[in-house]
Amino acid sequence: MSTLHGVFIDVVVDEPARSDVELAKKLEEVCPVSIFKATDAGTTIVEENLDECVLCNLCVDAAPEGTVHIIKKYE
Amino acid sequence: MRFYEYEARKIVERAGIPVTKYGFCQSAEEARKAAEEIGGPVVIKSQVLSGGRMKAGGVQFADTPDEAAAHAEKILELEINGLMPVGVLVDPKAEVKQEYYAGVVWDGTAKKPLMLFSDMGGIDIEQVAEEHPDHVGRGHVSNLFPVGDYEAKQVIAATGVTGSQLNRATPILARLARLFLENDMTLAEINPVAELTDGRFVALDAHMEMEDEAVGRQKQLLRKDLGIAEDDTRDHYEPSEFERNVKAIDSADHRGVIQGKDHGFHGNLGLVIGAGGGSLTLTDAVRSQGGKPANYSEIGGNPSVAKACGLAKEVLMKDGVEKIAVMMSIVSNTRVDIVARGVIKACLELDRDPAETIAIFRIPGAWEDEGFKILDRYGVEYCDRSVSLWDAAGRAVAKIQGAAA
Repeated sequence: MSTLHGVFIDVVVDEPARSDVELAKKLEEVCPVSIFKATDAGTTIVEENLDECVLCNLCVDAAPEGTVHIIKKYE
Repeated sequence: MRFYEYEARKIVERAGIPVTKYGFCQSAEEARKAAEEIGGPVVIKSQVLSGGRMKAGGVQFADTPDEAAAHAEKILELEINGLMPVGVLVDPKAEVKQEYYAGVVWDGTAKKPLMLFSDMGGIDIEQVAEEHPDHVGRGHVSNLFPVGDYEAKQVIAATGVTGSQLNRATPILARLARLFLENDMTLAEINPVAELTDGRFVALDAHMEMEDEAVGRQKQLLRKDLGIAEDDTRDHYEPSEFERNVKAIDSADHRGVIQGKDHGFHGNLGLVIGAGGGSLTLTDAVRSQGGKPANYSEIGGNPSVAKACGLAKEVLMKDGVEKIAVMMSIVSNTRVDIVARGVIKACLELDRDPAETIAIFRIPGAWEDEGFKILDRYGVEYCDRSVSLWDAAGRAVAKIQGAAA
């Protein structure tokens, strides 16, 4: 029995925004389901939380326009 | 939460209702001492949360302390309906002139407590109500205002009781109603209330049940006055692996609520159901249309995908489960798309085709359009609020019966 991640949702942060440490902290703070983790290298996506995305778009609003993408894999 | 008779007796006594001298004993020697203190003939009663004590030999009469000890020794070893007693109650064999019934029950329709009184005590009140309705007095009391003695008096007087009997029975019923409200009971009854040959009125046997949700705020009564341990839930059975697993999944995540029960269910249709009484309605609907549920469950309060997935997986992994039905009443706070993701993920993680495994998905409400997109993508049959709970349950039953044919 496997545990699947990102079956329904994928989240992509474009470079160079992905390496922005300040943006990483902001994304970690706004996401209600902990999809983003801030590291010294910038933003890391927490794969096991991807499907918990509630489509609130807080991450999209917090980032520079067009740099964070929420992908509904079922569409 | 149910109480043993000896606890119910303490609750009654605590409320100022007269009782006879009694003793709760956990050994034959204690029973002997209790009988000596009471003096005269006594009755020894098994303290077990089950009916049919008398028939099973769990109630015995004794004329002497030695006889009381001998009976207690046997009763303490006597299993009744699969349950061992926690002790015995030693009661005096009272000289009774007349038996009455006093009770307070929660009337779910009126949403108020209902006082009941009968001058035909000692037998089931349901039987009296059916065969002698004029011997049962009834009256609702307020949830908010204090219960007045006059309210109890009216209920008793309706059975034709008058004079000193009316005056003596009135405070008993009024105090019972007050204890019902103060202790969050769902049932409080004294049967019989005995009028002794010396004219006194006493509670000879009491039965109490407390609202489970109130256990947390009744600590004074439960923990201090009755000494009931926190882990003493009075469940009649050990939780199954399924029940334990579902509880663990629920406890691990604060989002939403899931519950699962499977005692007594041995069917092939797993149920992932909930919302505003929906679980009971849907279980009944499945059964009355010939379906065989494999479990009972409740899901709601906007659970996470992981929690919905966890419940669905546990249901799917039960022996004999062929398909699951995912159904809820209309919900406003539980997102349809989140539950859809959860149940589909459960199928995928168990390497099962969601379209084949989910017999029906009927959850109308918040984010349903998004949910329906997900269900479409995986070919799962779903319906919206235009299909009743009954019809959705019928579709699930038809599908699983069709698969079996």
